[in-house]
Amino acid sequence: MGKIKFYLPAVFFIAIAILLWRGLYLDTRTLPSMLIDKPMPPFSLSTIEGSPISNVDLPNQIFLLNVWGSYCLPCLIEHPTFMRLNEEGAIPVVGVNYKDRNDLALEWLETNGDPFTFSIEDLDGRFGIDLGVYGAPETYLVDADGVIRYRHVSVLDETVWQEEFIPAIAELRAESN
Amino acid sequence: MSASLKLSLCVIATILFASPVGSALAQVDTFEFENEVQQQRFRTLSDELRCPMCQNTNLSGSTGGVAEDLRREVHRMILEGMSDREIEQFMFERYGDFIFYRPRLRAQTLLLWFGPIIFLLIGGFAAWGIFRRAREVEETEVALDESQKARLNELVGGD
Repeated sequence: MGKIKFYLPAVFFIAIAILLWRGLYLDTRTLPSMLIDKPMPPFSLSTIEGSPISNVDLPNQIFLLNVWGSYCLPCLIEHPTFMRLNEEGAIPVVGVNYKDRNDLALEWLETNGDPFTFSIEDLDGRFGIDLGVYGAPETYLVDADGVIRYRHVSVLDETVWQEEFIPAIAELRAESN
Repeated sequence: MSASLKLSLCVIATILFASPVGSALAQVDTFEFENEVQQQRFRTLSDELRCPMCQNTNLSGSTGGVAEDLRREVHRMILEGMSDREIEQFMFERYGDFIFYRPRLRAQTLLLWFGPIIFLLIGGFAAWGIFRRAREVEETEVALDESQKARLNELVGGD
């Protein structure tokens, strides 16, 4: 008993030290999404080309919802991944053009290529608030019933695609079979 | 008091009192309200809600794009007659516990709320145990018998 008591403070100290050490390396920048397993928020907006768009126009299958903007440099880094996914017909990608200028957005797609089925224009960021967006780029994985199942904050490059999205999509597909 | 000491005290006092505190940092917004109460509610809410993008600034102190949008939403909701509780719920549904500087009491935030008290109790019990033992040792009379006293005298060389 006396021995246990003698070592107790050291054990306690080591336990707390490990806890705090881990805390140093936690990612505090990525907030968990509140919308996981919730349906896509209702919207009635227009595409950046100007045609009206709402929830009924969303793909009736698993798709990605990518929040982008012409001002967003990291969006350029992930852009080739979406171009490739679109070319291969792997998965539809719907864009949300977040707090951008319409002419700049169109120009950006002209220059870099347009991988999006369509891009929803969110000029004042109101739709972004409903999605819980806090800055482009963010990418949501939505299932065939229009329910949000996964969110990735920041760049979705090939590594993230391989390591996070392919397993998540496989899980969704297995579920619906 | 020397002149230079006075001067430095003055400087310190100026720095202390001139420090921006709370809403002194606030962004200059052009939002208009119907009355003082609404304006005060807006100030309180944007002081207590945290900007999701900028990690450790409240809505009123942030120039971040999303903070601007959220201030605009708070303004809209106040004008629409929503209660503080409803506005907080709106924020919670979109941004979760992070949006509050004072997180709600939920299963996930229990440790956050009561962790410090638990550690205080552990520390308190440990300190109490240590002091109690120290007192016990103190109170135990150290009595010497005659032969021990003689030996002690011999050692210290007394008479």
